[in-house]
Amino acid sequence: MQPLLTIDNLSKTYNSIYACDRISFDLYPGQVLGIIGESGSGKSTLLNAIAGHIPVDAGEIVYCDRSGQPINLRTLPEVHHRKLMKTEWGFVQQNPRDGLRMTVTAGANIGERLLDVGERHYGNIRSEAIEWLSQVEIPHSRMDDLPSTFSGGMQQRLQLARILVTQPRLVLMDEPTGGLDVSVQAKLLDLMRSLVRTLHLSVILVTHDIGVVRLLAHRLMVMQNGQVVETGLTDQVLDDPHHPYTQQLVSATLMP
Amino acid sequence: MLRAEGLYKSFVLHHQGGACIPVLEGVSLTVQAGECVALQGPSGSGKSTLMRSLYANYRIDRGSIWVNHQGDWVDLPQLPPHQMLEVRQHTVGYVSQFLRVIPRVPALEVAAEPLMDLGIAPEIAYDKIRLLFTQLNLPERLWQLSPTTFSGGEKQRVNIARAFSVNYPILLLDEPTSALDAANRDVVMQLIEARKAQGCAMVGIFHDDEVRERVCDRVLQF
Amino acid sequence: MTLSPQLPSSPALPEPGFNFAYLDEQTKRSIRRAALKAVAIPGHQIPFSSREMPMSYGWGTGGVQVTASVIGQMDTLKVIDQGADDTTNAVNIRRFFRKVCGINTTERTEEATLIQTRHRIPETPLREGQIMVYQVPMPEPLYFIEPSRTEANKMHALEEYGPVYVRLYEDITRFGHIAMAYDYPVMVNDRYLMKPSPIPRFDNPKLHMNPALQLFGAGREKRIYALPPYTKVKSLDFEDHPFTVETWDQPCEFCGATDTYLDEVVTDDQGSRLWICSDTDYCNQRQQNNHLLTPTLS
Repeated sequence: MQPLLTIDNLSKTYNSIYACDRISFDLYPGQVLGIIGESGSGKSTLLNAIAGHIPVDAGEIVYCDRSGQPINLRTLPEVHHRKLMKTEWGFVQQNPRDGLRMTVTAGANIGERLLDVGERHYGNIRSEAIEWLSQVEIPHSRMDDLPSTFSGGMQQRLQLARILVTQPRLVLMDEPTGGLDVSVQAKLLDLMRSLVRTLHLSVILVTHDIGVVRLLAHRLMVMQNGQVVETGLTDQVLDDPHHPYTQQLVSATLMP
Repeated sequence: MLRAEGLYKSFVLHHQGGACIPVLEGVSLTVQAGECVALQGPSGSGKSTLMRSLYANYRIDRGSIWVNHQGDWVDLPQLPPHQMLEVRQHTVGYVSQFLRVIPRVPALEVAAEPLMDLGIAPEIAYDKIRLLFTQLNLPERLWQLSPTTFSGGEKQRVNIARAFSVNYPILLLDEPTSALDAANRDVVMQLIEARKAQGCAMVGIFHDDEVRERVCDRVLQF
Repeated sequence: MTLSPQLPSSPALPEPGFNFAYLDEQTKRSIRRAALKAVAIPGHQIPFSSREMPMSYGWGTGGVQVTASVIGQMDTLKVIDQGADDTTNAVNIRRFFRKVCGINTTERTEEATLIQTRHRIPETPLREGQIMVYQVPMPEPLYFIEPSRTEANKMHALEEYGPVYVRLYEDITRFGHIAMAYDYPVMVNDRYLMKPSPIPRFDNPKLHMNPALQLFGAGREKRIYALPPYTKVKSLDFEDHPFTVETWDQPCEFCGATDTYLDEVVTDDQGSRLWICSDTDYCNQRQQNNHLLTPTLS
């Protein structure tokens, strides 16, 4: 099996401070990789660097596309990079306001990526939107409502539908359950878990919530001060933490 | 099916003065197909640690754990993560004492997950689980409820259904009957015996002497 | 309403103390260079060093600068505002150019070599050799979707026009049809998204394959863009919701035309109203011709 994404010695500095210090890992199809660490550990910087939102200083990001072709994202022309981000990749923001268009309807939010790739049939866009709304468990009757009238959990699910409509293979998530209360979190986690399985998604999930990675992630990377201090299968890292920082993190969690 | 050689495992507690607690010191264990080995010893002697190490839940310091995975012998602790996950999906099953679930997911779905991870269609997976739930006397009204509210015995039966739904060639049983009444304990023993007869290699921790004597072929004393 | 034919006003000497067409020659050259680039890349916005003009922004400073840069002594200028030749804006700009150029002006579309317009394209078909100059308030079609100029430029460069269709989608969802009535975005030459200035969408089909050269000037936003003669211009739409133009269920009250853009005029405070051609020149000519053809009833 070929890795979907290979990160090799990725580094990003702000002035002289390493936000990401020589990070390397492979991500395989269908895998959920959790990245945990406290604020300032570099986990969000890493995610944004992988997504191309910020330039990196050194290292390689190689993605294996739908046709099986390895693509070096750092040298990929911008036009192809942007296309890839709108088709095979998706990014879920912590704050749905950053990931959604709040002033257009839910249906238009879902339709946008289809319009981006050239769909010009209103009826087709509507039926796709209905399909993806039901996948993320939002009633069809809300299709023509503005996302600002949605609850936080619904907005996050709409964000998912918005990216899933082009059937991405890799989804990057930055604290997707961040601002949600516990019962809403559970619903979103369950949904993400079943979507990962049914759509065979690969996910990189950044969070500081150990409970979330325990339930969603197959593998775990623990970051501290820009470095990866421990990696392994999620249950290995959480049940048998080796690094002092991980031990502290796990022991400080109320219900790991 | 399973051959563990010279396992060493210690725990370093960085936040308690860097204390190093050695638990396994050169443990070896071989399990043949159709054989069930019981781990026995006082609590704290390391039987749970060995069990978790065999599942690669704990990462051993030294030694090797050879597992026959789809005809190939692989050293589990040396595998890259995606292959380790694959071995767990297809070859090594684990009945844990604990059940960790997403709060609102119904018991039926929780138990069917290993099957669906193998790509089996949900309806076929659910049918298989319904059969196991019925065998284990789990009341039907609970099937659509989340196990978070279940009693210890009910949770344990969900766990057993999870692990017995897939035909793992190797099964690790961590106190599978601890919270069950006599009738259900008997059902579990029947399941274990049936699986053994199919050639499944098993390692178990059983606090219950009766269960141990009935299903186990030999004992590894700690 | 006068029915006498509008004769071209006779040329006079330009006002002393001004350069021909008000702007200095270097400025006119720089604007012409921008216009040439714009012609070379149809629909693409070219920045230019917009000058202060003796009029307020929003009154056509962009159009006036483009007109001043391309006008010659032999030109005949027509200026329209919402289709009319006799509104303040049109009259003043016409007088301005007569004063600083000493050129002929006209109200007749077919007599004009240069037409500066605000919000309309004449009903009389344009011909080869004529130049249309549009006054543009906001040249960037992506502005309401992407406020960042840098990002909008990138979207143009990479032809990322999906988000524009989001607006059309929303219109159909809310109103059952695309409700944008003016400044309706178009694709030029299958490449650049362009705002046609606030002309009614009724006029959009006239942009397509027009024999005249069409220049667009935005003074405040400092952009020039162009449609060379016979350029393909397509109004955005969906396959199952094709582009349509407005229609009226009555003819023009004055000339009886059924194929022109009509203005609604409220005639009293009882709610009475009538519909008349917005193109005054076209309407006048039809009325004269009707007089010639039909006997006068007294």
